[in-house]
Amino acid sequence: MNRYPLWRYVLIACAIAAALLYTLPNFYGESPAVQVSSAKTTVKVDDAVLARIEKTLQAAGVAPTGLLLEPTGLRARFADTDAQLKAFDLIEKSLNPDHDNPSYVVALNLLPSSPAWLTALHALPMYLGLDLRGGVHFLLQVDMQAALQKRLEAFAGEVRGLLREKDLRHAGIAREGQTLRIRFRDAATRDKAETAIAAQIQVLDLARRDDGQDQLLVATLKPAALKNEQELAIKQNITTLGRRVNQLGVAEPVIQQQGADRIVVQLPGVQDPAKAKEILGRTATLEVRLVDEDAMRSGSTFNVDVFPERKRDGSVSSVPVKKQVLVTGDQFTGASATFDQDQRPAVSVELNEAGGRVMRQATRENLRKLMAIILLERGKGEAISVATIQGEFGSRFQITGSFTPAETNDLALLIRAGSLAAPMEIIEERTVGPSLGKENIEKGFNATKWGFVAIVLFMSAYYTLFGVISSIALGVNLLFLVALLSLLQATLTLPGIAAIALTLGMAIDANVLINERIREEVRAGQTPQAAIAAGYERAWGTILDSNVTTLIAGLALLIFGSGPVRGFAVVHCLGILTSIVSSVVVSRAIVNMTYGHRRKVARLAIGNTAWK
Amino acid sequence: MEFFKIRRVIPFMRHALVFNVISLLTFLAAVFFLAYNGLHLSVEFTGGTLVEVSYKDAANVEAIRATLDKAGLKAEVQNFGSSRSVLIRLPIEKDQSNAALSQKVAALLKAQDASAEVRRVEFVGPQVGKELYEDGGMALLLTIVGIVAYLAVRFEWKFGVSAIIANLHDVIIILGFFALFQWEFSLPVLAAVLAVLGYSVNESVVVFDRVRENFRKMRKASTPDVIDSAITGVISRTIITHGCTQLMAAGMLLFGGPALHYFAMALTIGICFGIYSSVLVAAPLLMWLKVDRSYFVKPPKKTGPSGENDGAVV
Repeated sequence: MNRYPLWRYVLIACAIAAALLYTLPNFYGESPAVQVSSAKTTVKVDDAVLARIEKTLQAAGVAPTGLLLEPTGLRARFADTDAQLKAFDLIEKSLNPDHDNPSYVVALNLLPSSPAWLTALHALPMYLGLDLRGGVHFLLQVDMQAALQKRLEAFAGEVRGLLREKDLRHAGIAREGQTLRIRFRDAATRDKAETAIAAQIQVLDLARRDDGQDQLLVATLKPAALKNEQELAIKQNITTLGRRVNQLGVAEPVIQQQGADRIVVQLPGVQDPAKAKEILGRTATLEVRLVDEDAMRSGSTFNVDVFPERKRDGSVSSVPVKKQVLVTGDQFTGASATFDQDQRPAVSVELNEAGGRVMRQATRENLRKLMAIILLERGKGEAISVATIQGEFGSRFQITGSFTPAETNDLALLIRAGSLAAPMEIIEERTVGPSLGKENIEKGFNATKWGFVAIVLFMSAYYTLFGVISSIALGVNLLFLVALLSLLQATLTLPGIAAIALTLGMAIDANVLINERIREEVRAGQTPQAAIAAGYERAWGTILDSNVTTLIAGLALLIFGSGPVRGFAVVHCLGILTSIVSSVVVSRAIVNMTYGHRRKVARLAIGNTAWK
Repeated sequence: MEFFKIRRVIPFMRHALVFNVISLLTFLAAVFFLAYNGLHLSVEFTGGTLVEVSYKDAANVEAIRATLDKAGLKAEVQNFGSSRSVLIRLPIEKDQSNAALSQKVAALLKAQDASAEVRRVEFVGPQVGKELYEDGGMALLLTIVGIVAYLAVRFEWKFGVSAIIANLHDVIIILGFFALFQWEFSLPVLAAVLAVLGYSVNESVVVFDRVRENFRKMRKASTPDVIDSAITGVISRTIITHGCTQLMAAGMLLFGGPALHYFAMALTIGICFGIYSSVLVAAPLLMWLKVDRSYFVKPPKKTGPSGENDGAVV
């Protein structure tokens, strides 16, 4: 009765083998590396860059032990930190001759040194949280009210323009809180205006109001539009932050939305939060200027500003532009990738009212001339688009050029990212030094190790052979858990390590239940084989019930927890699941292998049961 | 080896009232300390700035305090983990950006002692702390509702209610300890408390499982007898399991360093009281709630006039 069919043993063996495979990368440690990624959307890290780096390093005699081109960038491994630092300087100098305006992010990093065949199987070491590897964590709160107000101001301009166009007289347009109030002297005009606005600007909800003096239209953003605006604002801020973080030279930055209006920024390895904050808070701006075509032809630099323009083929040309700035970045209210009437990729942009007016005049006077859009950052500018003015336009226009759809996407982001959509505030900061991170790993590991050893010693002494089997099952549980964490690449934090320890401590409960039950059955006079079967069977219901209640608490923590609590809850929940499998199925398999195939079992090695 | 050679059923329920009085007294004491002392909440809840600084030799806490005082900072300085590191807490101040604050502290301490090294900075804005209260409360509520509902489905509502009361009383007692000794109550401690809640309930479940089984087996026995024999049957397992979990908690307490200290402490208290309450509080509650076998043991079928099987029986 205590026999598993062969396929079950094979299945368990396979599961353990797979777990071993995925746990393996954690033992290889890390090797120093230099990581190169693009700092600008116009710059790509490709084979040419790879060859260049290879040549530079070879010339200096710093041979990397591995050079790898990945979608996210280029990684060069080195035998030791000396070679890594030397190579870092060399690469930085070669790729970024102008230190203040880097085209590439060159960062120091530690890469898992597991063999390539493991990496190919997506077997990676566990992903360590900032408290274990050191770094800076910020939580930024986006001021949505301000973003929406900014947006409403833009709509106010649009309404004003529209009413002028339709020749409808209004008595003032003002924003009050999150609403737009448009006043009219008489109801007839108001009704006409209402139809006009409703037809033109669909995202506004309009309500009629009469304050005794004037007829009013109260406009608010429709709920769907409101949500859309909020999402756009967050996205724009994330893009801007991403561009800024690039300048910090961080190997694996994390910039993510959290909740409706928050952004998490995690910068592993960054030790100077002050510098990080300074850079995150910096503003980049956009300018629209006319190209000085005379200067372009003559090459004169008199009374013009010259900006570099990176062409699609990779070459860089200079664009002389007039000193007069037509429109600045904060006047852009939106930008999105689209296609023009000839189905060529283009970027559709939107300006506020003032910007639109200037634009209309400028385009009328400069038809068929060149206009440049310049991105200014850290006092350096770059022409991101130079295009011919095809017609007169105002607050809405399209930028066309020799773009691919991907590039128009980037450009739209860039234009939006030129300034933050809404002000942000740091509401949480956590900085952990690298020495503390190492210490945390060590302490967490030691705590788990000694707790584990103590349990194994006790179980083996108390339940003899069954105790040893329980201990093996517990070891398999740990193996499964580590493999699962490595496979899912869930972030492991110090509370996560604590959860591993706690879960192991709780997991042994199942085996204690089983072993006690078997002893009891033996005492009650059952034969050894029957006692094993009854013990496992009777204990199963209890094990399930008790694990479900523990899991309920774990899930509650997972749903409502944030930060350290979440790190704990993820590991805790996974651990409960693996423990059910290992303590019941794996231990049973070992017991079956030991006893199941014997014809006669005189007694079970489960400690003293003969006291009754 | 065998620790527990229990030959007779121990009459736990005869002393049920005593256990309940003990529970009530500890519970009231915990509530008193919570109300009187309050919890020493970490910056995660209160908002503020926390700076951990380590030195090459023993840190001079007095000197650090004096330096910060002179700079006009309302700082709280204490040793952390070892004599070589200190923890500095600063309340939230308006018109003072957090970056400037932690940098100022670092600069001041470096000037005082060149070996000062900032190991960790934590800043939490006021709005975050408030949410943590709400989320913590919601997590607790979800746990309670989930467990009661599960036990109501698997057993009977009386089991769910008595298990949750017994184990919430554990939670309050853990919090009482933290209030009494003014240990720092941080997010990991909150996680430990909720994990222990789930874990202790599991303890009650083991007892309940046996109660249910015994109701079916011991047809003639009274409810207290059934509960007594159930507790006696599982007591050895209860103590061994908790002992094993405690071995892990002890490992964390001894080797886990200051970062895991209070986490392990909460676990230790939770585990110790868990043994007591899940067995000796939950079971009497079950008895007071008048649980009986009728729920588990289907009465023998009476063939009524409109029984479904009427025709088949003949």
